[in-house]
Amino acid sequence: MASPMHQFEIHPVLTLPTVNVPGLGAIDLSINNSILSMMIAASIIVAFFALVTARAAVVPGRLQVIGEGIFSYIDDLATGIIGHEGRSFFPYVFSVFLFILVMNFLGLFLVFTATSQLAVTATMAVMTILLVLIVGFARNGANMYKLFVPAGVPWYMLILVTPIEFISFLLRPVTLALRLFGNMLGGHVALKVFAGFVVSLCALAATGGIATLGYAGAALSLGGVVALTSLEFLVAFLQAFVFAVLTCVYLNDVVNLGHHH
Amino acid sequence: MDPAAAKYIGAGLATLGMIGAGIGVGTIFSGFLQGATRNPSAAAGQFTNLILGAALTEALGILAFVLGLLILFS
Repeated sequence: MASPMHQFEIHPVLTLPTVNVPGLGAIDLSINNSILSMMIAASIIVAFFALVTARAAVVPGRLQVIGEGIFSYIDDLATGIIGHEGRSFFPYVFSVFLFILVMNFLGLFLVFTATSQLAVTATMAVMTILLVLIVGFARNGANMYKLFVPAGVPWYMLILVTPIEFISFLLRPVTLALRLFGNMLGGHVALKVFAGFVVSLCALAATGGIATLGYAGAALSLGGVVALTSLEFLVAFLQAFVFAVLTCVYLNDVVNLGHHH
Repeated sequence: MDPAAAKYIGAGLATLGMIGAGIGVGTIFSGFLQGATRNPSAAAGQFTNLILGAALTEALGILAFVLGLLILFS
């Protein structure tokens, strides 16, 4: 039987020639299964919103209501956390949320989950943190140090609080990437392990004798697979939501630095 | 001790960190449910905070899980 980690292996789907880019060196343009599933996810999003807005009307039809529902859900989230300036960060939060959501859901339907690759989630996390840093320094300049020096804290506590705040700021991209990666990896490994129990217990039960009891265990783990799959659908949504919420929270820290709304 | 055996024992021990994350997430949801059953009208507005707290707590459990994988596969 294949190992539970076999499903996360990267293999080329379409081999393309290596291109030499001046200054960057040789770049392999081959399309592997990770890139393929990301492409499918992106095209699903584009196709869905093209379909939804194809016949946009003031009184929305059924499809348009779905699209507007997702739209206003994230809009409420961004403006609720960042305040009225959240509107300007809404496109980024919305894109990240949709992309991660569709990649997570695709992982449950296809054999490959793009978000179970640390490279993909780390890229997302680095993009978010770079946006936070750029927005923070552009808006606050040298006042960014206030991020690590909370107002109203006595000086003797700052000796303790500032290093903790600084380390937690440095850990933000790490935890952002690892949370999505770990949840997706762990969920899919658990699914595969339970599915493997069904096969191996059935094979054991087929030998006859007392081992026939193995069918009961196989039925139990088959039920476990079904239950875990439904749980994975919840996790797939929740992790995309959490990524969007944390992006908003980190942006809020630098947008509204020093004054709470 | 056989190094391969020590590796598996170490990976198993590393996942013990999830105990703390489990207790933490349980505490968060129990606190939310206690508050939500006392004042159900305020519960819907705190959903984002609930998920945020659970996600931040869960990250530590995920760190333990990734550490276990690192020990196992490197």
